[in-house]
Amino acid sequence: MEKDTKAFQRVYTKLFQLTKATVSLKASGIGNEELAIVDGRLAQVVKIMEDIVTLQVFAGTEGIATDAEVIFTGKAPTLKVGEDLAGRFFNAYGEPIDGGQIMGEEREIGGPSVNPVRRKQPSEFIATGIAGIDLNNALVTGQKIPFFADPDQPYNQVMANVALRAEADKIILGGVGLTNDDYLYFKRVFDDAGALDRIVGFINTTENPPVERLLVPDMALSAAEYYASEKGQKVLVLLTDLTLYADALSIVSNRMDQIPSKDSMPGSLYSDLARLYEKAVQFPDGGSITIIAVTTLSSGDITHAIPDNTGYITEGQLFLRKDSDIGKVIVDPFRSLSRLKQLVIGKRTREDHPQVMNAAVRLYADAANAKTKLENGFDLTDYDERTLDFAKAYSEKLLAIDVNIEVDAMLETAYELFGKHFSPVEVGLKQEFVEKYWKK
Amino acid sequence: MKSIGKVTGIIANLVIVETRERVAQNEICFIKHDDTRLMAEVIKIMGHKVYVQVFESTRGLKVGSEVEFAGHMLEVTLGPGLLSKNFDGLQNDLDKMTGIFLKRGEYTDPLEKDKEYEFEPLSKEGDKVIAGSWLGEVKENWIGHKIMVPFAFNGEFTVKSITKKGSYKMNDTMAVLVDKDGKEHKVSMVQKWPVKVPIRAFKEKPRPFKVLETGVRVFDTLNPIAEGGTGFIPGPFGSGKTVLQHALSKQAEADLVVIAACGERANEVVEIFTEFPELDDPRTGRKLMERTTIIANTSNMPVAAREASVYTAMTISEYYRAMGLKVLLLADSTSRWAQALREMSNRMEELPGPDGFPMDLPAIISNFYSRAGYVFLNNGESGSITFIGTVSPAGGNLKEPVTESTKKAARCFYALSQQRADSKRYPAIDPIESYSKYLEYPEIVEYLNKNNGENWTTNVWFIKDSLLRSKEVYEQINILGDDGVPLDYHITYWKGEVVDFVISQQDAFDKIDQRSEFKRQRYMLEKVVDVLKSEYKFESFEEVNPYFKRMINQFKQMNYSEFESEKFKKNEKELEVIIQERKVA
Ligand SMILES: Nc1ncnc2c1ncn2[C@@H]1O[C@H](COP(=O)(O)OP(=O)(O)O)[C@@H](O)[C@H]1O
Ligand SMILES: [Mg+2]
Repeated sequence: MEKDTKAFQRVYTKLFQLTKATVSLKASGIGNEELAIVDGRLAQVVKIMEDIVTLQVFAGTEGIATDAEVIFTGKAPTLKVGEDLAGRFFNAYGEPIDGGQIMGEEREIGGPSVNPVRRKQPSEFIATGIAGIDLNNALVTGQKIPFFADPDQPYNQVMANVALRAEADKIILGGVGLTNDDYLYFKRVFDDAGALDRIVGFINTTENPPVERLLVPDMALSAAEYYASEKGQKVLVLLTDLTLYADALSIVSNRMDQIPSKDSMPGSLYSDLARLYEKAVQFPDGGSITIIAVTTLSSGDITHAIPDNTGYITEGQLFLRKDSDIGKVIVDPFRSLSRLKQLVIGKRTREDHPQVMNAAVRLYADAANAKTKLENGFDLTDYDERTLDFAKAYSEKLLAIDVNIEVDAMLETAYELFGKHFSPVEVGLKQEFVEKYWKK
Repeated sequence: MKSIGKVTGIIANLVIVETRERVAQNEICFIKHDDTRLMAEVIKIMGHKVYVQVFESTRGLKVGSEVEFAGHMLEVTLGPGLLSKNFDGLQNDLDKMTGIFLKRGEYTDPLEKDKEYEFEPLSKEGDKVIAGSWLGEVKENWIGHKIMVPFAFNGEFTVKSITKKGSYKMNDTMAVLVDKDGKEHKVSMVQKWPVKVPIRAFKEKPRPFKVLETGVRVFDTLNPIAEGGTGFIPGPFGSGKTVLQHALSKQAEADLVVIAACGERANEVVEIFTEFPELDDPRTGRKLMERTTIIANTSNMPVAAREASVYTAMTISEYYRAMGLKVLLLADSTSRWAQALREMSNRMEELPGPDGFPMDLPAIISNFYSRAGYVFLNNGESGSITFIGTVSPAGGNLKEPVTESTKKAARCFYALSQQRADSKRYPAIDPIESYSKYLEYPEIVEYLNKNNGENWTTNVWFIKDSLLRSKEVYEQINILGDDGVPLDYHITYWKGEVVDFVISQQDAFDKIDQRSEFKRQRYMLEKVVDVLKSEYKFESFEEVNPYFKRMINQFKQMNYSEFESEKFKKNEKELEVIIQERKVA
C-alpha cells in the first residue's frame, strides 16, 4: 500500500476517519505541520498519535473517499521568493493566479521570530495626508495597526490611498476573503497609480474555500520578510480582512473539537494573531515591515473577541465612523490610537504637534458632552455652543478621510480653528507655543 | 544515568513521550530533532506516557524521536552579571544568539563565565553559615553582589576556607564549607535554582511598613504601594498599562528593576533596550539599564515559555532580595501567562474552569503574588520585592477569572478606565474604583505622616473625598442641568477637577512632569488642599467653569516646571493672583 514516488514522497490510500475539515490515516515517518496532497487537495498535518496522522484539508473534505490518494510532501508550506514576485498576484498556496511559474528560492512560511534585541526602535514617520491619521494617530514604519470598521465603511479605499502615499518600496496585499470586486478594485487603483511593479498580491476571495485563507497572511509576510530583511526594503503589508481569518480559525478549531473561549473563538486566538502581527519590524539596516490590516466589526462592537484580541496585539487602531453632522467618514479621534506616534510627533514633525493634537481632541470631547446636554434638553452655555461649532469644523477640515494635506498645514488649520472659537486659556497649550504659533 | 524516552504523539507544542524510566513532574527534557535539541517540561505523567510542553515550535518533529530527561526542573542560573541583561523566558541571553531570527534549539549562557570579578570576603574561617548567608561580595555595576551559601544547602555549615580578596572567575571556588558530618562542599559565585520553588533564605516576612516611592502621583499620593507590597493594573487595551509600568521602572526608588515582558509586543521591549542605556538613574547617576534586567517572552515567542518567563523573573528577584536589596518586579501582562496555561490545559483535555481557564488558576496566581514581600534576612539586614503585574481583561470587563483571582491576591488595585483614556486623562487610573489597602495599615500611615508631614494622610483622604463628591454632583448636574442645581454644585464639581488635573493626571512623556518626588508631591498636595478648603465668590454658574479652567491651567504650568525653579515660582505667583481674584477672605 505504501510506495515511494520521489525521494521523500510517500503515498497512502487508506483513510479511516473523515470529518468536515480533517482526514486521519495510518502513516509513518511523518513530520508535524508537514504538507500533503489529499485527493488533489492541499492538507497539513495537525496531529500525530503513534502511527495515526490527522491532516487538515484546506479546501474541505467534501467528496473525499476512504481510498483517496494521500501524498506526503515531506515539508511545511513554502513560498518561492525572488525578484520575480513583484507585480504578480498569487493564490493562497503561493501559485501565480494568472498561471505560469516563478523563479526563486523556496522558503518555509510562518518561520521564526526576529530576536527582539536585533530589532530597531521604529522612528520613521509615514505621511498619509489624512489628518485623522497624521495629526492624531501618526504612523511609523515597522508599526502594526488595523482599521476597525463596520463592513459598510470604505476601509479598502482608505487603505489603498494610504498605501500609495506611503512611499513604500513594496506593497504586499494579503486578500483574506476579499470580494472579487474589491480584488479588482485594488488591482485597478494600483495600476492607475503606475504602482503595479511595486505590488505583490496573495489573494483568497470569497469564492475560495474559507480555510485556505489561513495561509494568506503567512504567504504575504514571508514575501515581506524577503524584501525587508534580505533586500533592505521598506515594505508595507495590507491584510484585509483579518476578521475573516479569525473566523476561519474558529471553523478549524471547532471541527477539531477544541473547547472554544469567548465568542466561539479558539483559546489560542491571541497567540495566533500575534504571530502574524509581530512580523512587523524595523531592521537596523533600514528594511522594515509595516502592517496595516482591517478588522471588520459587527455594529461597532470592539469588545468582541476578534477586535479585542487584535487591540491587545497591535500598536493602536484606526477607527472609521460616519459623522452624521458632516455626512462624511472620519477617523474617530476617541477610539483611534497610534501607540507609536510619540516616537515621531514633535520630533520628526513640529514641536507643538503633541500639544495641538491633545488640545483639539479635548475640545472635541467637550463638544461631545455639550451634545449630550443638548440631547437631554438642557440649555447650553456660550462655551458649549462654541465647542459644538468647533467640533463641526474640526470634523470637516481635519478628521474626514478625504483630507489630503501636509502635517504643517494640519497644525495651521488647528490653530485657525482654535483662534476662531476659543481663547488661549481655554485651549490650554504651553505658553511658549501660544506665543509662537497662536493666530491672533 | 539520565532517563530516556521516545516521542509517540504530537499536538502542536504538546508532545507525548513514552518511557519506562524514572521521570519527575516538571522535569526538563530535551527532544532530539535533526541536529537540534528542543527543550520541554513534563506537565503530566500517566503510566508510561509522559506529557511534555515544548518551549519551541514542533514543526517537522516526528514520532520515534529520542528524548532525554535532564534530571532537574526548570531552573535559572544565579550569579553576578544578571543586571543589564536581556533574557528570553528561559534565561537565554538574547544578545549572545546568532543571526537576526531566533533559531529553535539555540540555548545561550546567561552569564559571562570568563569575566573576572573583584571578590571581597565577608566571612571568615570558622563562621557558622546557612543557606543564603553572605560569604563574600563582588561588584556588579554599583551593587555589592553577595556571594551566598547556595539556597539548596540544608542545615548549618562551617566555613573551612574562604578565598582572599582578588579577582576571580565565577566558577572558581570562593569558599569551602563543611557540613555537620564533616563533608566538604565547594562554593563558587554561581548556583542554580528551580524557578517554581520560592527561595526562602530569610528569617521572617513582616507586614510591609514602608512606602516605595514611585514618582507617579496616582501611586504615591493617592494609592501608595508598600515596599514589598503587591499591586496590579487591569485595563482594556490602550488604557495605559504599559506606559505606567515603564514609568514605574524608570522612576521608582528601587535598587533594581526586573521586567518580565510576558506575551506582549516586541517593540515595547525594544523601547526599553533603546532608551534605558541612555537614561540616567537619578538615584545613582548611572544609566538606568545598569539596574534593570529584562525577561522578554514577547507574544510571537513560544507560548509555553510565557509561564516560565514570570517565574524566571521572580526567582531572579528573590536572589537579589536575599542580598538585602530593594527589588521592583514588573510583569506585563499576567493575563498572557494565564492564557498560555489555558491553551495547554485545553490541549490536555482537562476539565475547564470559568472561561476555559484551568481550575487552579486562582491558586497559581495567589502563590505567585505571595512570593513578593519585605523580608528580614538571617543576618538582620532586610530586602524586598515589590510586585506589580498588569492584567488584560477580555473586552475590558473586569468580571473575568484573571482579574478576579488577582484581586484576591494583590493589595493594590489600579483600575484603568477606558473612559478616562478616551478623554486623554492620563494615567487613566480610575480615582474612585482604585485602592491601596496599605493606606489602611497603621504602620504605613505612621510612616507616611512621619516622612511627608503629619497632615499627609488626612490630606490624602480629603482629596479622595473631594474626587468622590465631585463625581456625585457631576451626575446630578447631568440629570438636572447646569441651572437646575445650586451654584455650590458647580464649585464642588470643579474642585474635584482640580484634584484630577493637578494630582491624578501626569504627563508620562514630559521630562519634568513624568517624575514627581515626595517632596514635590507634598508641596502640591498642600497647595491643592488649600484651594479646596477655600471659598470662592461667583455671581452665576457660568463664571465657575472658566475660572477653574484658568486655575487648573496655571497649576499645570507649575507641574511642567522644575520644582522650586524660577519658572516654578513665577507660575506659583500667577496662580496666587488667580486664587485671590475670587477667594473669600
Ligand atoms: N501617562 C500617559 N501619558 C500620556 N499618554 C499616555 C499615558 N498612558 C498611556 N498613554 C497613551 O496611551 C497609549 C497606550 O498606552 P499603553 O500603556 O501602551 O496601553 P496598554 O498597555 O494598556 O494597552 C500610549 O501609546 C500613549 O499614547
Ligand atoms: Mg500594554
